[in-house]
Amino acid sequence: MPQLELNDFAPQLFWLVITFGALYLLMAKVALPRVSDVLLSREQRIANDLDAAQKLNNEAQDALRAYEAALSEARAKASALAAETRAKVQADAAVQQAEAEARLAERATEAEAQIRAARDDAMANVREIAESATRDVVSQLLGTTPDDAIVNAALDAELTRAGLN
Amino acid sequence: MAHNPLDQFRINRIVELEAGGIDVSFTNSSVFMVAALIVICAFVILGMRQKALVPGRWQSMVEMSYELVANMIRDTAGSEAQRYFPFIFSLFTFILALNLLGMIPYSFTVTSHIVVTFAMSGFVFIGVTIIGFSRHGIGYTKLFAPKGASPILLVILIPIEIISYFIRPISLSVRLFANMMAGHTMLKVFAGFVISLGMYGILPLAFMVALTGLEIIVAILQAYIFSILACIYLNDAIHLH
Repeated sequence: MPQLELNDFAPQLFWLVITFGALYLLMAKVALPRVSDVLLSREQRIANDLDAAQKLNNEAQDALRAYEAALSEARAKASALAAETRAKVQADAAVQQAEAEARLAERATEAEAQIRAARDDAMANVREIAESATRDVVSQLLGTTPDDAIVNAALDAELTRAGLN
Repeated sequence: MAHNPLDQFRINRIVELEAGGIDVSFTNSSVFMVAALIVICAFVILGMRQKALVPGRWQSMVEMSYELVANMIRDTAGSEAQRYFPFIFSLFTFILALNLLGMIPYSFTVTSHIVVTFAMSGFVFIGVTIIGFSRHGIGYTKLFAPKGASPILLVILIPIEIISYFIRPISLSVRLFANMMAGHTMLKVFAGFVISLGMYGILPLAFMVALTGLEIIVAILQAYIFSILACIYLNDAIHLH
């Protein structure tokens, strides 16, 4: 078995120490720092990019909030203006309506007064008309002129019953 | 003799060298160690030469292997073990490269030699023991007495724990060496059948294709197991269970 050839041990161990020692030094001092540098700088770059993205996102959120605040303020202002206008218009309308109603009421009173005057006139004439009508009816039917006292008494009774006297 | 399945493990001196009475000849094993060194350095250093923010395919592979080892250390030994990251990374990539280079036909598998794997596991064992004692002082020996065990049980448990601790470098090295050697020997044995069976050699050939795939998985898996066990031992040394 060549593995147990004692004479071959020394050269193998010697070259193992040389090559492994050289490998260790090259890896530790040259090669691996390069790899870790690249990995570290990439990690930092990613972290920085994430930070920047977070910052931009925050700014965008702030802008959105400011926009919404301005929008709601404008909306409040507009609705206040609308309410004010509505109140003014309503007040004007109420005033005009009150005026118109007053005018109408006045005209109505006037008209009622005229009506009452006309009715009173008419009522004053009712007795005269009824008296002459009665005389005419009686004279036509009976051929005699009725006694004034009897006609007046009948008229009074009848007008009282109708509520016109 | 040329068909001996163990011939592939023979060490051949390419350049005979001697330093201070010690044989330091440049052998076929040394060729593959140097090749692994070059392959790993080229893979990592050339892969990272652009240092791109958005990595290409090659750079992605380098970063993935970096993160594989980094996650392995963090998951098994915690963040305090990160200072040993270069060592674990070198260990993992070195064993992986040696195993995979050994899968190339006519090549030599450095990790199929017990002396190499034992040297690596022995280094890990001694290093872990030094770290354990320097962090916890004599308290590191509490590792051998599991918490909450009754005194009677401890009489049995402490010798078992001590034996299992000192057997670690052996199990670690034999696992890697035996896997590599067995796989390559089996491939060679079946390769011998391909020729000797003539027409019917197609059957062992098909088996060899499947076996080669399996051996590649074993090559990757054993490198991973070796380094993850090193991490687990490191965890014991840092956190005492």
